[in-house]
Amino acid sequence: MKGKKEKKTIKTIKIDVDKCNGCRACEMICSAFHAEPKYSSNNPARSRIRIIREPLRDLYVPVYAGEYAVAECAGRDKYTIDGKEYDECSFCRASCPSRDEFKEPDSGLPLKCDMCEGEEEPLCVKWCPHDALILQQREEEGEAQDPQDELENLEIGLEALADKYGMEKIKDAVARISKKV
Amino acid sequence: MRYAETGYNLEVDLTRGNIEKVATNPKETELYLGGLGTNAKILWDRVPPEIEPFSPENLLIFSAGLLCGTPATGCNRTIVTTISPQTKLMAFSMMGGFFAPELKYAGYDKVILRGKSPNLVYLWINNGKVELRDAAHIKGKGAIETAEIIRKELKQPKAQVAAIGLAGENRVFFASIEQGRSSASRGGIGAVMGDKGVKAIVVRGTQDIHVAKPAEYMDLCNEVMQYIQFRNDNPIPGVMPILAGLGSPQEMKVHDEKWHTENFMWGNSRVRRKGFWTDEIAGEWMETLDKARTRLISCYNCPMTCGATISMPGLPTYMMKCFTKLTYTMGAFSNLDFGLKIAQRATEYGVDGFSAPQVMAFALELLENGILSDKDFPDMPQDNEGRFYYLLDKIVRREGIGDVLADGTHWAAEAIGNGAEDYAHNNIKKHEQLPLKLSMLNPIYFLMYSTGEKMNITQIEGQFPQAPYPKREHREAFVKDWHHVPDEKFKQYFVDWEPRGEKSMPFYPTVDMCCDIVDWQEKMHYIDDALGMCAGLSSFPLKPPYHIHNYPKFISAATGFDMDEASLSQAAKRYRTLVRAINIRRGMRRKDDQPPKNHWKKRFPELEKELLDTYYRFKGWNDDGIPTQASLHELGLDYVSEDFVKRGILTEGEDAPSKVAAAQQETK
Ligand code: SF4
Ligand code: SF4
Ligand code: SF4
Repeated sequence: MKGKKEKKTIKTIKIDVDKCNGCRACEMICSAFHAEPKYSSNNPARSRIRIIREPLRDLYVPVYAGEYAVAECAGRDKYTIDGKEYDECSFCRASCPSRDEFKEPDSGLPLKCDMCEGEEEPLCVKWCPHDALILQQREEEGEAQDPQDELENLEIGLEALADKYGMEKIKDAVARISKKV
Repeated sequence: MRYAETGYNLEVDLTRGNIEKVATNPKETELYLGGLGTNAKILWDRVPPEIEPFSPENLLIFSAGLLCGTPATGCNRTIVTTISPQTKLMAFSMMGGFFAPELKYAGYDKVILRGKSPNLVYLWINNGKVELRDAAHIKGKGAIETAEIIRKELKQPKAQVAAIGLAGENRVFFASIEQGRSSASRGGIGAVMGDKGVKAIVVRGTQDIHVAKPAEYMDLCNEVMQYIQFRNDNPIPGVMPILAGLGSPQEMKVHDEKWHTENFMWGNSRVRRKGFWTDEIAGEWMETLDKARTRLISCYNCPMTCGATISMPGLPTYMMKCFTKLTYTMGAFSNLDFGLKIAQRATEYGVDGFSAPQVMAFALELLENGILSDKDFPDMPQDNEGRFYYLLDKIVRREGIGDVLADGTHWAAEAIGNGAEDYAHNNIKKHEQLPLKLSMLNPIYFLMYSTGEKMNITQIEGQFPQAPYPKREHREAFVKDWHHVPDEKFKQYFVDWEPRGEKSMPFYPTVDMCCDIVDWQEKMHYIDDALGMCAGLSSFPLKPPYHIHNYPKFISAATGFDMDEASLSQAAKRYRTLVRAINIRRGMRRKDDQPPKNHWKKRFPELEKELLDTYYRFKGWNDDGIPTQASLHELGLDYVSEDFVKRGILTEGEDAPSKVAAAQQETK
């Protein structure tokens, strides 16, 4: 399957930090949308976007949750922009063992932005009142999606579980579940 | 499962250092909603009138509103309730920002403080883990500074902090509780927090808040969002800018201050300066604000950006919203540059932006008029600005004359004597009011000023236009999309209202119409204060996104219990009456229900009497402003009735006050 070309839609969220007012509506709606059932609960700590918000230093940066990282980076980055210093790893999208960002608060499972699959428009974009978040779409020719990718996602989830609970426990759980099915 | 609310309060006994998580009764939520409503119930049950504000038995309640933490736009108010040291009555000040939702996500609807801590402490609520921590190292620190220090030491950048400054620690009667861009300022609740030995409450929460009918609830929220957009694109024509749009008065955005500076009073609410707003001043003030303001900012889940980050050269950054922008400037007859600078210090000290400048201007007036002398102000600078800084410091430290002034104009005047009382002229129920003095009585405002127990006009007015449009056709156009009215008759009231002639003030709107209008205005504020909604999106502006027709749907979808307009109105009336009952039990009577004597030049004593008589009856109160047994019964408040009879405030079966009780309960 590899090598086959197809048209793909690339979605980009343009972030204008100058327009962010720090209201966290994006965090709120993201957590509500991903609740089970949809909109049944609310908890910004479970959002896949987070606002770095430090009013007294005028820091307002929306950051999206990206890939899961098994181990923390040995080398880190720390930015100063326009004279304003940001914390280490501020702009990193990873759900990483070094910090609490982008993890389910109870289970610790990694969170990742899925662009609000199934919705017309990402909800954080829709709810952002001042166009700090804007969606742009474009068509691009690219490699066809490998069905393998889905499996890869599953594996990432399992890996995270294994990191948290240990491989043995996961095996036991899988065995238990398979018996039930 | 409990919906919208968490179903738990945090009970903190500061004397013993004991902390308990207590499940609440869902029945109470149906009766009193939440926020202000359930706070009032707790205060009635647990703080009898013998309890002094600074007694360990006084409670200080921080409550999130019923809908805080849900996706309802702008629903982020913390309602802080206690007995005020200044008025000796129930105080309920609200703050926006981020505290209330965070408290809900931590798993609590309220934090109830009782007792007194032997040492200064702060309360750290981290979901289920709650502890009192020593605050010796932040004693005397500014309120904003305190929040920064605590977030750092706990390594919790996302924790929300409500803190007092030096004013609260020293029990200044107009001390505020500060929370970043917001504060709960009125009524001296910061002094009660200081008296309890609590420097700050810090909260971080990462748990879910549930709603009962998710799809319906989201539809309602989406409608509100769309309507906000619509209203932002379509300001109300023909009214001044701060009344045209939504949100709190947009003081951080507007440059044109002609209306405030020329219509509000300067100094100790004395001097009107017509012609003040020249091009030169407009230019200078615009430059000041543009340079100072780094960014316009919102409260949790709200698009309105009513606040701003302010950085004055050489001073730490702070946040501001609303009219504090001008109160210091006008109190000191100075300019905006001074106002924004001193407000930085005042915010760190944690004082109310309405009362503080008036107290200082009052002191200077007493000096000017020989009631106080230079000896009372050792080493005070000569210039007005210098004097304001000097007085602010003296007050929050309670040094010398500052110790007297720290009790507010009413008590200070009483202590100083010698005619000082005449200078404490802008109070209602001992509480300093907006600096406004007008010519002819406005019957609607007369009722609101007299009976509004929040004692702050902006917390009862709204919904109904402040004045009629000159032309009938414009009034007709206004009512076309006025679906917010609880009853069609309000449209007619407005259409017929003329600026001049027979159907004009003070005799039109008629007494009965005034009762309807004031009741509607007040009701919406009381609903907001129970739900935790910002008045800026609801009860304050004209044609707001939330109103009596969609609120019951919001409540039903969020909580799962049935609610319609009638039952919501009844609930609001119930806890509104309970607030009155708490104050009646503390001695408040008809004699206290009046605006400052000089608020209007032209008064109409007969009309005013009729207004109060009729409004009391309308509300189910007797001639002395006491809720009657019949009306209490109808609201399911028989326990209030029984208490009133036991205390001799009401006589069984007779709805007039007993003379003895009236005499005993006289406020001093
Ligand atoms: S696009 Fe959707 S999933 Fe991603 S952060 Fe925004 S709301 Fe959350
Ligand atoms: S919704 Fe928009 S303005 Fe609000 S915090 Fe998120 S990015 Fe900023
Ligand atoms: S309208 Fe203004 S004050 Fe009210 S919640 Fe929104 S930002 Fe805060």
